[in-house]
Amino acid sequence: MKSILTDRQLAITIDRLSHQLIENHLGFKDTVLIGLQPRGIYLSDRIYHNLKKLLPDTHIAYGKLDITFYRDDYKSEKGLQAPNETDINFSIEKKRVVLIDDVLYTGRTIRSAMDAMLDFGRPAAVELLVLIDRRFSRELPIQSDYTGRTIDAIITERVKVLWKERDGKDEVVLIA
Amino acid sequence: MSLSVKHLLGIRDLTRQDIELIFQTADQLKEVLQRPIKKVPTLRDTTIVNVFFENSTRTRISFELAEKRLGADVVNFSASGSSVSKGETLIDTVNNILSMKVDMVVMRHSATGAPHFLSKHINVPIVNAGDGINEHPTQALLDAFSIRERLGSVEGKKVAICGDIMHSRVALSNIYCLKKLGAEVTVVGPPTLIPKHIAKALDVNVSYDIREALAWCDVANVLRIQLERQNMPLFSSLREYSLAYGVNRALLDSLQKEIVIMHPGPINRGVELSSDVADSGQSIILDQVENGVATRMAVLYLLARKEPVFN
Repeated sequence: MKSILTDRQLAITIDRLSHQLIENHLGFKDTVLIGLQPRGIYLSDRIYHNLKKLLPDTHIAYGKLDITFYRDDYKSEKGLQAPNETDINFSIEKKRVVLIDDVLYTGRTIRSAMDAMLDFGRPAAVELLVLIDRRFSRELPIQSDYTGRTIDAIITERVKVLWKERDGKDEVVLIA
Repeated sequence: MSLSVKHLLGIRDLTRQDIELIFQTADQLKEVLQRPIKKVPTLRDTTIVNVFFENSTRTRISFELAEKRLGADVVNFSASGSSVSKGETLIDTVNNILSMKVDMVVMRHSATGAPHFLSKHINVPIVNAGDGINEHPTQALLDAFSIRERLGSVEGKKVAICGDIMHSRVALSNIYCLKKLGAEVTVVGPPTLIPKHIAKALDVNVSYDIREALAWCDVANVLRIQLERQNMPLFSSLREYSLAYGVNRALLDSLQKEIVIMHPGPINRGVELSSDVADSGQSIILDQVENGVATRMAVLYLLARKEPVFN
């Protein structure tokens, strides 16, 4: 097991990602943040609270999206998963959506997320923010707009993002 | 993560974990039904046939909506006007439908055990939508789901099932489901409509006094008097039944608490349930109907994934 990001590095990276969002979305008037269930929401929660701290007087629309019913591997052995909560109580029509997930790997989750998201309206634009980009592993033509760390990992390796709220500590590790 | 069964033939075969998994899935599917686009593409490669050998309004529409909102293709079959009247057997009828590449069967039949029999002869998942006087599993699931929604949980709750217990598949499925989830159950009705050894066989309380049962319970599930299923007169008249066992406003007002009123429909208004109760705030009858779509979607979602079952 190899550490990719320590808790301190993770905090700095999340800080940077938040500032990059502000750089592109200053005011957040037409921007909505959507965290992807189940693991992306830990990152999106952190970023949302970071942004609230940095821009205390700004309203930021923030929701959570579950993609279980949109997966393309539903019929495979590992495909059947218990769904998680979707909480989007605003329209995304003509909004600039930022999808937030922890790891970008094959791109299939993001494909499902885009399908799921489109059932809530037609956004003006969609961007993707990820903490870890496993490049060279893509099965679909999908890239991130904001990236925490880009890594090279072979297929048998696993990237695991640990969150204090859920796993007891903040760390990103590579498991062989 | 999956159900312990390949078909939903009855609640009898499910574990508590199965039921909780269905509820957890239904919670999220209920959210889907509140969206501007009330549809997901999960079952877009699945064709489902609804085979109804017995009349139905609610259940059939509910299943059909559940199927369509999961993106499945749907075909409907009802026995009247079909080749069943020419003497075709059940297995032949269903196998003919399946040979047109159908992936799943939802069936209602007036014969007890018909779906169990069918499950031994075909290799796709079957969902029982009511068989004779045996079980109506999806009704029990939506009933328990509605109790959970209204009262927070089913565990430890006291539920009175009122009326024609003898002929009711809703009653039997409800008893299995509620007991598995840790509720206490009392069945109440005229002695002629309550099976003799039910208390011992199914671990329920028996009462012949509606007021006593209502005073005890948190939830009353009032069943329909099933005139079409009775071959002999088991009570003297509907009017007498209504006087002795009908749930009305005066009776509920005489209790010291507010209980939740349920009914699986269709209501015989003024017989087992008076209109002022059925339409009141303590009735969750229309929530039951709404929850029926989400719970049936959950069952279909959890069963459809199974690869073909070969016996």
